[in-house]
Amino acid sequence: MNLTLKIWRQKDSKTKGRMVDYKVTEISEHMSFLEMMDVLNEQLVNSGEDPVAFDHDCREGICGMCSMYINGEAHGPDRGVTTCQLHMRMFKDGDTITIEPFRATAFPVLKDLIVDRSSFDRIQHAGGYISVNTSGNTQDANAIPISKHAADEAMDAATCIGCGACVASCKNSSAMLFVGAKVSQYALLPQGQVEAADRVKNMVAQMDLEGFGNCTNTGACEIECPKGISLENIARMNRELMKASI
Amino acid sequence: MGGFFKSSIGRKVAMALSAFFLMFFLLQHFAINILSVFSPELFNEVSHFMGTNPLVQFALQPVLIFGVVFHFIMGFVLEIKNKNARKIAYVKNNGAANSSWMSRNMIYSGLAILAFIVLHFIDFWFPEINTKYIQGDWSGTIEGVEGFRYYEELTHKFVSPIRVGAYVLAFVFLALHLLHGFTAAFQSMGASTIRKKRLQSIGKAYSIIIPLGFIFIALYHHFNH
Ligand code: HEM
Ligand code: SF4
Ligand code: FES
Repeated sequence: MNLTLKIWRQKDSKTKGRMVDYKVTEISEHMSFLEMMDVLNEQLVNSGEDPVAFDHDCREGICGMCSMYINGEAHGPDRGVTTCQLHMRMFKDGDTITIEPFRATAFPVLKDLIVDRSSFDRIQHAGGYISVNTSGNTQDANAIPISKHAADEAMDAATCIGCGACVASCKNSSAMLFVGAKVSQYALLPQGQVEAADRVKNMVAQMDLEGFGNCTNTGACEIECPKGISLENIARMNRELMKASI
Repeated sequence: MGGFFKSSIGRKVAMALSAFFLMFFLLQHFAINILSVFSPELFNEVSHFMGTNPLVQFALQPVLIFGVVFHFIMGFVLEIKNKNARKIAYVKNNGAANSSWMSRNMIYSGLAILAFIVLHFIDFWFPEINTKYIQGDWSGTIEGVEGFRYYEELTHKFVSPIRVGAYVLAFVFLALHLLHGFTAAFQSMGASTIRKKRLQSIGKAYSIIIPLGFIFIALYHHFNH
């Protein structure tokens, strides 16, 4: 199929960017979105132009790097997928596709579609860990009994890949789904109890410091999250913070 | 605890608490107003009690004023903060794909309610304050009206079709505000979404029935007097 692409081009973090139109032809519907971008970049390189810079690594939906805001949605119109898992069969021949970087004050654009998500790393550093040395002295998995329900919920929360689609989709650029998931994954398990109060306080404080917005419960994050992280995690984070503050 | 209410989540909780208070007040206000349809005498009695009882006047009324002012100022503060969290807007954004219109436009439905509150104060609250606190007339009566004056004043207000239209429109916006706000307030307080289904039904019922009830009262008096 033949497509028109409207892509955000920005030389570096200091230069003003703008939308630029490109045409790509003979795109197979079996291609992933990133493969389509590869075709475009090959075209650009062959004609001596600067290829479109975009983040990617695993190309199988686990690293969370491939941030793109496609036709007004994080990771495009499909559900439960990252951009690398988005297939061109979601589009029709002759379509115009708008491609922008994730937008948030806390995610500044570095170049074209690449944004700096180190604000997420700093939130993690503020408390997204347990201070137990687990290397070399791994315990038997069943040494501490954990209910199936808690284990499942913790596992679900832990599937967050830190992609930032929640922030990009939220009208308030709130990071609460991400932080909620990171807080929950420990709050549900006995190993996470020791530092529970400090963890939620410090992570929320860092989140606020980074300039993310306030959740107003629109639920956009949950719908756009490639890993199906649920709003329940935000509610749990709110409970954890209330508990820690009393 | 002081630090808590300065945090983003603390502000959400404060917003939700003020909203709970307003929703409770609205229910109470509706319960009294609906009396005017069934029994003008009872409506007059209850209105006089609410208007002259020291506890209501000097304790509940200031709390209510504070609650309303707090809610909309906090609403504006959060809106500005949230706008700053994304300084460059998307060229193309498909909000309808992942969220309801109501949830994305709380500030506009809220502004409509605020405009209504101003009108409502000019209509009822300022005259009450003037009569009672400036002229010092706490009798609840007026010349030419037998018994208390409240019912007479109420029906008088709903003669103008323009005012009735404005009231009806305002309550439509209130319904839109609550259709998102009711469940959102519970979510902000950390309510588990496991009970979400039932909560959503209750929220829907409240958000539609109460504003519709107020609309009914306005129309009833408009067409009956
Ligand atoms: C005076 C004018 C008003 C304005 C400007 C206003 C504005 C807002 C805004 C911007 C929000 C979203 C903020 C957020 O969710 O964090 C909100 C939430 C809410 N409002 Fe209002 N509002 C007004 C009046 C009212 C009234 C009269 C009621 C109820 C009778 C009400 C009930 C709610 C509820 C239940 C929420 C959800 C709270 C939450 O998300 O935790 N509002 N309001
Ligand atoms: S919560 Fe979902 S959308 Fe947000 S960072 Fe984690 S995986 Fe991405
Ligand atoms: S490239 Fe790793 S998730 Fe898409």
